[in-house]
Amino acid sequence: MSSRSRRAERSARGITALVAAALLALLVAACEREHREYESKAPPPTPANEAVRVGDLQPGKPQPPRMDPHGRSFEGNAWHVNQGARLYKWFNCTGCHAAGGGSIGPALMDADWRYGGSIEQIHASIAQGRPNGMPSFRGKIPDDQIWEIAAYVRTLSGNAPKYVEGGGRQGMAVAPPTSRLPKLEPKTTESSQ
Amino acid sequence: MSQQVLAPAADQAQAIATVWQTMFWPNVVIYMAMLAALAWALWRRRAVVADAAVQARQERNWVRALVAWIVFIALVLTAYTAVSFVQDRHRLAHAPDALRVRITANQWWWQVDYLDPDPSRQVGTANELHLPLGRMTRIDLLSGDVIHSLWIPALNGKEDLIPGRSTQLALTPRAIGHYRGECAEFCGLQHAHMLLPVTVESPAAFAAWLDARRAPAATPASPSAVRGQQVFESGTCAMCHAIAGTSADSHAGPDLTHIASRPMLAAGALPNDRAHLAAWLVDPQAFKPGTKMPNPRLQPQEVSDLVDYLEGLR
Repeated sequence: MSSRSRRAERSARGITALVAAALLALLVAACEREHREYESKAPPPTPANEAVRVGDLQPGKPQPPRMDPHGRSFEGNAWHVNQGARLYKWFNCTGCHAAGGGSIGPALMDADWRYGGSIEQIHASIAQGRPNGMPSFRGKIPDDQIWEIAAYVRTLSGNAPKYVEGGGRQGMAVAPPTSRLPKLEPKTTESSQ
Repeated sequence: MSQQVLAPAADQAQAIATVWQTMFWPNVVIYMAMLAALAWALWRRRAVVADAAVQARQERNWVRALVAWIVFIALVLTAYTAVSFVQDRHRLAHAPDALRVRITANQWWWQVDYLDPDPSRQVGTANELHLPLGRMTRIDLLSGDVIHSLWIPALNGKEDLIPGRSTQLALTPRAIGHYRGECAEFCGLQHAHMLLPVTVESPAAFAAWLDARRAPAATPASPSAVRGQQVFESGTCAMCHAIAGTSADSHAGPDLTHIASRPMLAAGALPNDRAHLAAWLVDPQAFKPGTKMPNPRLQPQEVSDLVDYLEGLR
């Protein structure tokens, strides 16, 4: 066997090993998508959403919005998003927001957000309540469960990572699976009073 | 709690046991006979028959014996089919005066509703089933989420509960006692903690029990229990649970109107006593990981008040 063919064989083996390693890494990463943490071991002592700004208007130089790493962890997790979908029906969010298209409450699957569309801002809106009809759920829904609902609401406008979203829906579906919804970048709009 | 299939305590389980006994014992005899015939065939020597006439007679005898055997097996199978047919009709029989119950399976508990033509007399409970002796109970089976299966071995066979469909199960209990029912279809992580204790009691005792279920919850008797009721109604509990006679009226989780009178907590995960109830309220996920009941994150004083309140709900 010539040295050239041996070299070619060695490099082919190297490529195979690389591909295998990449596939393995993909597999391992896929396991994380629905890592089930039934309750947070270290919940924030005080509600972090107190510091959440719900509008764009602010004094001084505009600052980037504050991120809540605890809350963000819910957004990238398929299990939490699914639990959020269950709680969305369970706590009668459908009563006003329907399946996301809105009825007597505003739609949740468009790009318009009166009080901001980041997960922190949605969490704050659920916890604090908003004028003209949105009840305050703080103390009525445990904090982790509010994060789960907020994570699910984010998927309605296509804003959760694609890998956490389900490809199908069980039961009656009024909208396409969230993984097929277009991503609508949230923008804060003037509330129409 | 009995869960013996072979000690039937209801007409339907008796029908299943009859089919089993009818098939089992003849089969034992036939199987032993087959093994004996096989042993004999292995053990005996191969006969060398020179006379063609003798050989022809022997072969005729063998053919006759084989035909007789085939006829015998056909008769046995026909008898089995007949027994199974007749007993199945018992199992699926329909009594016009049957008590109507609706059981909805959820991850991971049983919602039990006693139906009544008069809606005001309809009443719900959870994770316990009481049945009157000697009267048929017809149960409509529904599912709130995934496929479950209800199996009370001493009373009847399994019946699946399928989302979007209604299935039926009939029980005519013939012996007073406690029986164990459980989920027999893997339905998620806590499938094993989905117990349905069944109590069969005399018609009078059953009527008294059902009347007690219809009463609203007991009013709290002590100051701490009064505070406990406030915790329940003002906090996270009332978002999922109902207690008749209070403002808590959500049916996402089990009805707790008479929680203290039930045999178990959390669908069989824990015994129902003060200590376990308190431990459950402090950290449900520690006892039943994945349960839909989140940690309500109560202060120690609130837990103690809440336990005082719930323990009074007999």
